[in-house]
Amino acid sequence: MNAVASIDSPVIRHGFRLQWEPAQNGHVLLYPEGMVKLNASAAEILRRCDGLHTVDEIVTELESVFQATQLTQEVTQFIVSALDRGWLRLP
Amino acid sequence: MTIVSQTPGPPLWLLFELTYRCPLQCAFCYNPIDFAHTTDELATADWLRVLREARELGAVQLGLSGGEPLLRPDAEEIAAEARHLGYYTNLITSGVGLTQERLRAFKSAGLDHIQLSFQDSTRELNDFLSNTRTFELKQRCAEWIRAAGYPMVLNCVIHRLNIEHLDAIIDMAARIGVEFLELANTQYYSWAHLNREQLLPSRAQLDRAFEITQAWRERLGDRMRILYVVPDYYETRPKRCMNGWASTFMAVTPDGTALPCHTAKMLPGLSFPNVRQQSVADIWLHSEGFNRFRGTGWMKEPCASCDERDKDLGGCRCQAYLLANDAAAADPVCSKSAQHDVVTDAVARAQGNRVIEKPLVFRRADASRRFSPPGARP
Repeated sequence: MNAVASIDSPVIRHGFRLQWEPAQNGHVLLYPEGMVKLNASAAEILRRCDGLHTVDEIVTELESVFQATQLTQEVTQFIVSALDRGWLRLP
Repeated sequence: MTIVSQTPGPPLWLLFELTYRCPLQCAFCYNPIDFAHTTDELATADWLRVLREARELGAVQLGLSGGEPLLRPDAEEIAAEARHLGYYTNLITSGVGLTQERLRAFKSAGLDHIQLSFQDSTRELNDFLSNTRTFELKQRCAEWIRAAGYPMVLNCVIHRLNIEHLDAIIDMAARIGVEFLELANTQYYSWAHLNREQLLPSRAQLDRAFEITQAWRERLGDRMRILYVVPDYYETRPKRCMNGWASTFMAVTPDGTALPCHTAKMLPGLSFPNVRQQSVADIWLHSEGFNRFRGTGWMKEPCASCDERDKDLGGCRCQAYLLANDAAAADPVCSKSAQHDVVTDAVARAQGNRVIEKPLVFRRADASRRFSPPGARP
């Protein structure tokens, strides 16, 4: 299992593409010969994984946009699982 | 029996078989045996129209395959339109016909991914299995593809004649810098079905291959992901073929025939529509060919009352036809099938060392005509 630090800046793996699909009424992650349909919170996290923002910054922004608190654990867990699945990498 | 009329979801996966022409002659090719009778390929404008129509229905993954798709000089133009429409586009190629110039054109067209096929890790077997001299060309292509910034995806079809080279195949992939390695055991349709006696591995070979794959997975970790697909002849339950008939996937053959799976054209008594005559929406939603095996309402026993029917949807219709001579039968891979012994007999014959007198039949136009004389099929 991967680990991630609050100062890491995860980025969507090259060859992968996050995209809104009207026909599925949701975001999908597209990759070589495959696709995952994302739930809304997964999509909100992934679209902020641009390699420029740290995990801390992503958490802060999400907490601000969604007027929530204590998202650190949920966001970190998702990022770790996305690293494990090869959707994200750490530059 | 449940009779539920539901609107099917979108054809998420669209496959364009741009041409049946191919410089390779692989003995395990899934293209139809009668491919040589197809000469009337769709024009560029037809492919582009089908792209737009399917995208409106929600298609999002596009495969450009064949034959060898690079034999179509408009492959770049099709890839460009696909990217423009929002498809994720996969070029599935042997690499024959790829040049650095074409690679640059694909890159600027927005092609997302190239899957390169290898037949073996050794020049001798690669060239023998494809009946061509292509091994060094493929290695060069792999380097170009990687240098162009594409995720390096290598596909190698595994069978009795190369399974003992698996360690060397994975080693070669790791040295080239492959990110995704697909080791797909041959599925026995079309040419592979003709050559099944020579291609089906023994259980001992498969067990060993799985051990080797596991050892490499542990050694390489995330550096290279290995997908290993076992041959379903060794299973006792069928695969959920194509995720269900006409549930997710649509293939368009070089002459414009639309199919719910790669090989469905072999099924007798079933007509499939052509994109020259009907819109993609009409084909997907209303054609007889696409509706014939949707859901579970078409099932006979033992599928109809089986508590696993929603899980595997009765398995593969083409395999049912090939092995039980009835496209509506249970897939004979299933141990509940009355014809399961056809599969266990084939597996029994594959054990141990034996000499097969029959020569491999390579996928060539002359063999295609020999095995499917004109007029033999409706």
